[in-house]
Amino acid sequence: MLRIFNKIFATGIVTESVKPPKDDELEQLGIAIKRHIDSKFAGSIAIREVDAGSCNGCELEIHALNNPYYDIERFGIHFVASPRHADVLLVTGPVSRHMQTALLRTYEATPNPKWVIAVGDCAACGGEFGVSYASCGAVSNVIPVDAVIAGCPPTPLALMKGLLGLIGH
Amino acid sequence: MSASQWTAEFRQQLALGGISVEPIAVAAGFSERAELWQIDSQQWQAFAELAMQQHLRWSAGWAEQFGEQFFVNALFEKQGDFILLRSLVNPLKPELPSQATVYPAANRSERHTQDMFGIKFIGHPDHRPWTRHKAWDKHEYPLRKDFPASGNPQGVTPPDLDYQFIKSHGAGTYEIPVGPVHAGIIEPGHFRFQAVGELILNLEERLGYVHKGIEKIAEGRTPESLARLAGRVSGDTTVGHAWAACMAMEQAAGIAVPPRAALIRGILAERERVANHLGDIGAICNDVAFVFGQMQFTRLRENWLRTNALVFGHRLLMDCVVPGGVKADLSEASGHLIKQDIVQLRKELTDVITALDLNTSLEDRLYTAGFLADEIAAGYGTVGYVGRASGQNFDVRRDAAYSPYDRVTMRVALENQGDIASRFWVRHKEIKAALRLIEQFIDLLAPGDLIADWQMPAPGSEGLGIVEGWRGETVAYLRFEADNKISRYYPRDPSILNWPALEKLVLNNIVPDFPVCNKSVNGSYSGNDL
Repeated sequence: MLRIFNKIFATGIVTESVKPPKDDELEQLGIAIKRHIDSKFAGSIAIREVDAGSCNGCELEIHALNNPYYDIERFGIHFVASPRHADVLLVTGPVSRHMQTALLRTYEATPNPKWVIAVGDCAACGGEFGVSYASCGAVSNVIPVDAVIAGCPPTPLALMKGLLGLIGH
Repeated sequence: MSASQWTAEFRQQLALGGISVEPIAVAAGFSERAELWQIDSQQWQAFAELAMQQHLRWSAGWAEQFGEQFFVNALFEKQGDFILLRSLVNPLKPELPSQATVYPAANRSERHTQDMFGIKFIGHPDHRPWTRHKAWDKHEYPLRKDFPASGNPQGVTPPDLDYQFIKSHGAGTYEIPVGPVHAGIIEPGHFRFQAVGELILNLEERLGYVHKGIEKIAEGRTPESLARLAGRVSGDTTVGHAWAACMAMEQAAGIAVPPRAALIRGILAERERVANHLGDIGAICNDVAFVFGQMQFTRLRENWLRTNALVFGHRLLMDCVVPGGVKADLSEASGHLIKQDIVQLRKELTDVITALDLNTSLEDRLYTAGFLADEIAAGYGTVGYVGRASGQNFDVRRDAAYSPYDRVTMRVALENQGDIASRFWVRHKEIKAALRLIEQFIDLLAPGDLIADWQMPAPGSEGLGIVEGWRGETVAYLRFEADNKISRYYPRDPSILNWPALEKLVLNNIVPDFPVCNKSVNGSYSGNDL
């Protein structure tokens, strides 16, 4: 136990706050997000992540939002286990035809008001996979999309910027 | 025993058993670890029976339409040498006896071939489709050349409600259907549990949800375009799949990768291994609610990815491996930075791992849970850290070494307890081994080219790339047609061999331990579904 406490103490708080040279946009962005969220969703938004056919690259970077450097929860943005609990669907991948009904049902299960963010180049425009016998291509071909965060995959910082764009419009 | 010795003896034994195989000459560049043998389709299963007796491992299976004919292929391995077995089947009545009755590892692969080509495996123990849900008709076969890549899709593809899951009967047993949309930030797939109380009696996986038609949309691509696609077969294995595909293309084109490029590929592949193991060890801790471990490991992973972005221009290293070499050089300053990073990571790992090792609450959850017996691991031909945690002593980097691994000596991490803890410790050892490899590769770097001049491959030329991706043995088979275009690409992710082991290792565990069992294996859905 002492080792754990020692390590926690030695690590300190790595969450990037004021002005770390590389990520100085982060804190500003986060604060702006929080201001908008405060006005619309009483201080927080709940995100249901849906992989609708991704290669898993986008998921790896969405995961990173929860690491101690980004710690997205401090801005009132958190990931929930069910669409019933969600304000926002964060959808990745070209929508595979095998996931089309599952995505539609997840969308229907999300209570209004709800937003959909298409994450990654595949979700935005079909990316490397496009439209085929197996793929519906972009998420907007299946459900209405409110915002797009491009990138293959988008970096955690790009994901935060995208959330700002959504909440600002 | 050298390669040629056991394969020659094996051919004699086959002949004694009345099975004749015809070695086929391959182009000079073709994998030097593999022999290509042709066999009559009627003897397809009989070959597998003798191969099993001689302890050959079944590694991969795929088919190909070649003109009006179908080739069916199966890849076997023993002592680091491979036999690519090929048979020609009658296009009017495409069928041959199943190898899945002998090798369980061939089960889903043959069902995939049946779904995609309409080739029937006679005597197959499971008649259900695997990759096909409802996106195309039962009597349509997407990988046949006359099937258009656009297909004939309906407006909305209906859910696949016809799949016959195994049923349990009896008082007190109940089913838990999970997925395809899961509770976490994770890929989609369906799991069907039968449980009594909290105890798992049976688990059946139903995958195929992220089938994106990778094999079909690979057709007609240029080498550069195929490398990009290969880098997206499974996002966490972008280096592994791109390397395997490029290796196969380079064989077909008959070109050699410059030594400097090979060393940089090695550095990229080991960096990918370390990043994924760091993430997964953290996630294993998270799945048993040990947040300290998760936070420390996600922090270490983030540091590692930031160095990737700084040095190679991409956090996950996508598109760094290109046909003929690598996209970007590694400067001396960058090499120095990477080495400094490694010193720091070792120090931090010592702190964190020591704290984890002495933690009884973690021990309580990881030891004996998710036990995979050596025999089952061998039976399914499991590879990578899943196999190596259950005594399967195989690593492509050592046993079928390719450049740059042929320039160093490496120790392969091995455990034989077969539980989650074993997979945890194998991963830890693999991180340490990878760090040493990265240092060695940087030291070996000498000035030289980053990319070899591309030569257009002859129409029909083929290649077989086999590398040790972070999950294990990763295979890419491909063939060129005229004008530098791909006519067939089949990537075999290690997950295809490891997924069935998960169904076995969760038995007699409690349902709440499924997430940690699953994470300790961490199969790729995308790499499996293609």
